[in-house]
Amino acid sequence: MIEKNTDTLSMGFFTTKVNDIVGWARKYSIFQYPFITACCGMEYMSVACSHYDIDRFGAGFPRFSPRQSDVLFVVGTISHKIAPVLKRIYEQMTEPKWVVAFGVCTCTGGFYDNYATVQGIDTIIPVDIYIPGCPPRPENVLDGLMKLQEKIQHSKQAI
Amino acid sequence: MILEKIKEKFGEAVLETHSFRGDDTAIIVKEKIVEAAKFLKEDPELDFNVLIDLTAVDCLKLDKPHRFEVVYHFFSVAKKHRVRLKVPLTEEDPVVDTLTGLWPIANWFEREAWDMFGVKFQGHPNLQRILMYDEFQGHPLRKDYPVSKRQPLVGPQN
Amino acid sequence: MFLNMGPSHPAMHGIVRLLLELDGETVVNSDVEIGFLHRAFEKMSEQGGYWQVVPYTDRLNYVSPLINNFGYASAVEKLFGIDITERTKYIRVIMSEISRVADHLTCVGATTMEMGAFTVFLYMIKAREYLYELVEDVTGARVTVSYARVGGVKSDLPEGFKEKTLKALKETRKVLIEVNKLITRNRIFVDRMKGIGVISKEDALGYGITGPFLRSTGVDYDVRKDQPYYVYDRFDFDVPVGEKGDNYDRYLLRMEEMEQSMRIIEQALEQIPAGDLNVDMAGRVIPAAEMVDEAKMGHTSGLIQLEVTADPTLEGGSERFYDNIHACSKKMAVPPKEDTYGNIEGLMNHFKIVMNGHGVRPPQGEAYFPVEGANGELGFYVVSDGTGTPYRVRVRPPCFTIMAALSKLIQGGTLADIIPTFGSVNMIGGELDR
Repeated sequence: MIEKNTDTLSMGFFTTKVNDIVGWARKYSIFQYPFITACCGMEYMSVACSHYDIDRFGAGFPRFSPRQSDVLFVVGTISHKIAPVLKRIYEQMTEPKWVVAFGVCTCTGGFYDNYATVQGIDTIIPVDIYIPGCPPRPENVLDGLMKLQEKIQHSKQAI
Repeated sequence: MILEKIKEKFGEAVLETHSFRGDDTAIIVKEKIVEAAKFLKEDPELDFNVLIDLTAVDCLKLDKPHRFEVVYHFFSVAKKHRVRLKVPLTEEDPVVDTLTGLWPIANWFEREAWDMFGVKFQGHPNLQRILMYDEFQGHPLRKDYPVSKRQPLVGPQN
Repeated sequence: MFLNMGPSHPAMHGIVRLLLELDGETVVNSDVEIGFLHRAFEKMSEQGGYWQVVPYTDRLNYVSPLINNFGYASAVEKLFGIDITERTKYIRVIMSEISRVADHLTCVGATTMEMGAFTVFLYMIKAREYLYELVEDVTGARVTVSYARVGGVKSDLPEGFKEKTLKALKETRKVLIEVNKLITRNRIFVDRMKGIGVISKEDALGYGITGPFLRSTGVDYDVRKDQPYYVYDRFDFDVPVGEKGDNYDRYLLRMEEMEQSMRIIEQALEQIPAGDLNVDMAGRVIPAAEMVDEAKMGHTSGLIQLEVTADPTLEGGSERFYDNIHACSKKMAVPPKEDTYGNIEGLMNHFKIVMNGHGVRPPQGEAYFPVEGANGELGFYVVSDGTGTPYRVRVRPPCFTIMAALSKLIQGGTLADIIPTFGSVNMIGGELDR
């Protein structure tokens, strides 16, 4: 991202593109909205707490208001009863916004192939990163988060 | 002991009793269920003061003359014993009297049985769906409800 | 004023919707709406074999999945009329209690976090991480373990389990002492917990409430003591009871229960006998063909003492040739994965059990088996129609009954009181809505 110009670096500043620097800032200041419904919440707790510590990746601050958050973590099975609520929360979030499908139930419905369960939240809202696993291990979640950060960095920033 | 007392008290109304795997079970006609539950609760020797569980079974694929069975599990905290009562209901008339007057928890258990099986509880103060949403058609735990018949509120239909 | 709390509320773990009628800050009336996590556990259980229900039971109470696993397995065992081996009973006790400690840690941690004491939550999850490591060593998974098998457990305890467990318990105790110092006498905490969410003994029984919630009112009902299953009657442990039935009593009770659970684990680790895990392996009379199979798998030790009966067809392996003959199964439990993947007999054995139309079939009938879950009495009611698929599986969810009483608990209190009360209910969506 930093343009390799040794002259300017030695003088104490560097040049970059606005798009890059905004992306860099955005990816390390993720305000996440954890939409926790089910089992995956246990692993979300583990990720959020001291042992795995999601804060190391700049995403340690859960905001429970959709208007103040920019990444929606959908954690756990989405049933048809809760689906309208999820959609509404997504619509309330301000741009730019990203969605992480946490756990296999949110990715595809998992092994709940039945009348009550939504077969993947991407039938309702757009999803940026899928983290499979039932539930995913904390390391897996952190990997997914890093992939999301990469995506944020490389996307065209709306300013 | 428990089954004998029930049989003695209700005579003809008890259709069948068994103790399969040590679980005392009495099958009783639906007209007598409130009376029987009251007897179980108030008899000092039986003293069944907790309604542990209330559910239903759809007997569509079992070789039985009736369609539904409502299953009650009672437990006595003082005497530490259990009993199960079952009430057979026909498909045309799946109605049984409510136990909400005896135990407040029967309210939610009966709502669930209604939601999942379509068994009606006469005299229930608020017989509405509890687990599914109001727009949902049918009763999912019935054997003739297909397992993957979805009724989404948002998103693509099935 | 009418206020809608939930389904996704920051200070409530789990999705539930409270419709509140307020007068100022006082809750006059309320209605609780549940079912947002209904994912058809009971319907899914009717689709596959008896073994295929076990993974679904993990996801009922996902904070203490092992207790759910064992509860289901025991209900099916009761239906089959089989008894499990001594070692399995001890393993089940140990793993259940580890699960219970993890559950209480999460419950107390989450409650205090919602009241603003985030430190406690971090401490509790740190302790839970030690327990999860233990669970992972034994079962191979952290949360959704699927460890129980009908007639046994998946695998034996790993090497060095005892030492690691004792170390984990030591760390957990350390955390509990720290938490105790932090909040038990903390003014804000006590003020928000004491005398809030009170329920009387009669109401609790009327609502069918069990577990810590019932015990906080002074009723000492605990399935482990009153109707002992597995080997719980061999341990020396106390059932703590409260007096007032308020949130503070429930908090103290959960803290004490963790200590008692750890006592049980320590005693069980001392007493646990060696031996087989799965039934049908423990020196039972087996047909000749099976003996050959056993020998092929290298299980030769002890075969010499076995009594062997000749197969009437003189061919071996002809059992269950006709669909309507209820031949005794080769094994009750699915063979260990090393055998399934390691040799042909194990693979065949596995397929015979899991394939549709094969496998063992229980007699027609029904069975109810209660275990003491972390939230109260967790009962599984299994109905069999004589085929290899459960006809109906019903779980008696402990927190369903408590949630039914929630309206009563919060009535007359202030809006802010809902948070600690709801926390002490320990609502688990998977178990509540199934």
